[in-house]
Amino acid sequence: MNLTNALEIVRLTDVGQKRDHNEDAVASDAEMGLLVLADGMGGYKAGEVASEIAVLTIVAELKEALLDFEPGQVDAVSGMQAESLLIIDAVAKANESIFTVSQSQPQCAGMGTTLVVAMFTNDKVLVGHIGDSRMYRLREDELTQITEDHSLLQEQLKSGLITPEQAKVSNNKNLVTRAVGIDETVDLELHEYEVQVGDIYLLCSDGLTDLVDDDEISIILAKLNANLEAAANQLIKMANDNGGKDNISVILARVTSPFGVEHGWYDKFLHWLR
Amino acid sequence: MAKLIFSLDGAFLGEYPIDKERMTIGRRSTNDIHIDNLAVSGEHASILTIGNDSFLEDLGSTNGTIVNGKPIKKHVMQHADVIEFGKFQLKYINELAANMGSGGVGADDFEKTMIIRPAAMKAVAPASSEGMKPQAPPHVASPAFATPAPVTQVALGSIQVLNGPSTGKELVLSKALTTLGKPGVQVAVITKRPQGYFITHVEGQNHPLVNGESVGAQAYSLQDHDVIELAGVKMEFYLSKT
Repeated sequence: MNLTNALEIVRLTDVGQKRDHNEDAVASDAEMGLLVLADGMGGYKAGEVASEIAVLTIVAELKEALLDFEPGQVDAVSGMQAESLLIIDAVAKANESIFTVSQSQPQCAGMGTTLVVAMFTNDKVLVGHIGDSRMYRLREDELTQITEDHSLLQEQLKSGLITPEQAKVSNNKNLVTRAVGIDETVDLELHEYEVQVGDIYLLCSDGLTDLVDDDEISIILAKLNANLEAAANQLIKMANDNGGKDNISVILARVTSPFGVEHGWYDKFLHWLR
Repeated sequence: MAKLIFSLDGAFLGEYPIDKERMTIGRRSTNDIHIDNLAVSGEHASILTIGNDSFLEDLGSTNGTIVNGKPIKKHVMQHADVIEFGKFQLKYINELAANMGSGGVGADDFEKTMIIRPAAMKAVAPASSEGMKPQAPPHVASPAFATPAPVTQVALGSIQVLNGPSTGKELVLSKALTTLGKPGVQVAVITKRPQGYFITHVEGQNHPLVNGESVGAQAYSLQDHDVIELAGVKMEFYLSKT
């Protein structure tokens, strides 16, 4: 399935105001309908090695896996789109690559990366994430956070230990509870959502969300709806104007037309029976 | 590591590093921080520390626990908070937080995302369920971690329409983002930033004109008395003299 005409994608990454190198990595492939964003961490320059490996491995693995793949199939066990399994495999491969390098190269020891990956297929978006990089959706001017951070702060919020007001002043903002490449295996959280024409999806690193609050993101996306590039630029400018403490990355994708899969004769027959 | 500076009426008595997950304060000698004074209850208060955050809880003391002049039941400690027990004070010093605020070298390292191992999580989990319940927002003494409000010393900008049916109409550009024009025809946005005001093309075949020249696709910095033209409507941009 070629989604070049169904999606409009803009991606942008910026080093910010305080760091001297960019440990974020972003990639997108309009044909596959794939968006990948990773925020690396770990010693001197190791963070950017980890995020780069993650993004490159996932894009390459999925490209190969999709070569002779029939879209629209549903996995019988999970009930999810069959592509979900490909995403899980690709992330496992990326995890393995990073872990192997960090074990064999002393200067890369302990490196890892957060990850958010989105794949559009059959009028759905499959969203996988690890750590505190996020995905949001703007639908009819309403912004919704789709992913839930794997962070200490989020766990404290969920358990009721702290309130959202307290979370804003917490010293624990930078502690993630899951990351790619720090252990032999990794647990990818994956969900699928129906998409609608006109939806705008935002993937971003914590360099944006720590400095620009959801209301501001919502206003920017709603007002600059007509020009995704201007919206992406504005999000990054605002994070920089607020201090730019970390690298800032955003990927914006707008659904411009439906991309459902034509059903086979069996599905059509079932449909006719109803 | 965070620490507590112990003093009596402002005179330094000693300091306690916060090196345990749970520390207790009270009159009995079994407490980690032992204050031998009748105004202090046997088991007066406790400090629970998870990662870089410390939570202070009053343990039902007779005279209560006071932070920055206000009685508290539970409190999330912020750098430079002062806990009072009668004439004694404990001042909370979190150097990470202090560095953060001043943007020191340590701050950069601290801001970096780090992984917390599941094993470490389990170790703190039982303690965290112990009596800490959602509470009212604390009195925030040093909002070092709040999103820093951009220091906007920018004079407030406005635009006034110069021609057409709405001639003379004024619009104050007080918001971070103001869109102008007709959706589907031509839209531009004026953004308010610490450096001043900028106009950017959003949609439409034509880009906005400033003083008769097209601004192109990039953000254009607006100067006092610039004339903007958008879909045939001319507007003057000006800064208020405050």
